Amino acid sequence: MADPGPLSSAARDLAPGANARDPGVANYLIGLGLAVILTGASFWAAGTHLIWSQAVPIALAVLAIAQMGVHLVFFLHLSSAPDNTNNILALAFGILIVFLVVAGSLWIMANLNANMLPMSELMRMQR
Amino acid sequence: MTDATADMFDEGVLALEGGGDEGPAPRDIIVSYGFWIFILSDMVLFSALFASYAVLAGRTAGGPSGAQLFDLRRVFAETACLLLSSFCCGLMSLSIEARRVRATYIGAALTFALGAVFLALEFSEFAGMALAGDGPARSAFLSAFFTLVGTHGAHVTCGLIWLTVMMAQVATLGFRDKVVRRLRCFALFWHALDIVWVALFTVVYLIGAR
Repeated sequence: MADPGPLSSAARDLAPGANARDPGVANYLIGLGLAVILTGASFWAAGTHLIWSQAVPIALAVLAIAQMGVHLVFFLHLSSAPDNTNNILALAFGILIVFLVVAGSLWIMANLNANMLPMSELMRMQR
Repeated sequence: MTDATADMFDEGVLALEGGGDEGPAPRDIIVSYGFWIFILSDMVLFSALFASYAVLAGRTAGGPSGAQLFDLRRVFAETACLLLSSFCCGLMSLSIEARRVRATYIGAALTFALGAVFLALEFSEFAGMALAGDGPARSAFLSAFFTLVGTHGAHVTCGLIWLTVMMAQVATLGFRDKVVRRLRCFALFWHALDIVWVALFTVVYLIGAR
């Protein structure tokens, strides 16, 4: 099998976690540095009084999503390159399901709470 | 499919109908991609636990709330351990691709040690809460808390066992193809667990302790 023909690896998709471009320590060090900064910012934002307290959960959510992105790019080596399309599509579908489960549950339960009789009323009706 | 047949597929001697002009993808890609799908389904599992935690977070049934229970210094130490463990796992991956045995062992040992410290911190937190009477049976909030954080801890425990088994395989089988493929899957698993922890310490501990 001397001639692999069109089977050259460049034409192939890249396996999840594989890194064709920058397989060095620097990649992981950048990821670690960014993750440390974002983690530090999260713990700082949770304890500080400099941010309007109502906005802190939003700030924490933004920092967490940013850190997840850092981990995906620098540790799991996801990229927007064509050889990563399948990995990104699978991830996008996963995120869709996660969003549906979390947002859907919260939405339904909040509606149920609003539409339910208070517990004391329910007990009175059962008697 | 035997290994010999699989190799013939990899080398393009055999081709499946419907594989396109290029034939089926090499095993390295199929194995990692399949494991990637598993990881995403694991994320769906965690999303259900996160959703139930978010719904039940306020239902303390007169028991202690997160603000009274959580020690953010411990959580910070746990976060640091898991992040550094993930980083060491990355260094181990580099050593594996370079086929350096000693560096792989050192990377695996650091990854394991930091993961074990994380588990010890989590276990002492759980034990302290349970001994104080605030176990999972105390309130809906605590049931959801122990289920969510405990499931992540169980994943980390499985990861440590897996890592130990993989090092035994490197020692006995060396860096043969299937061992390297399994090690790559382990790295995906370990990095993904760190991503779950980012969501966990934000939603459960940082927002819950306010």
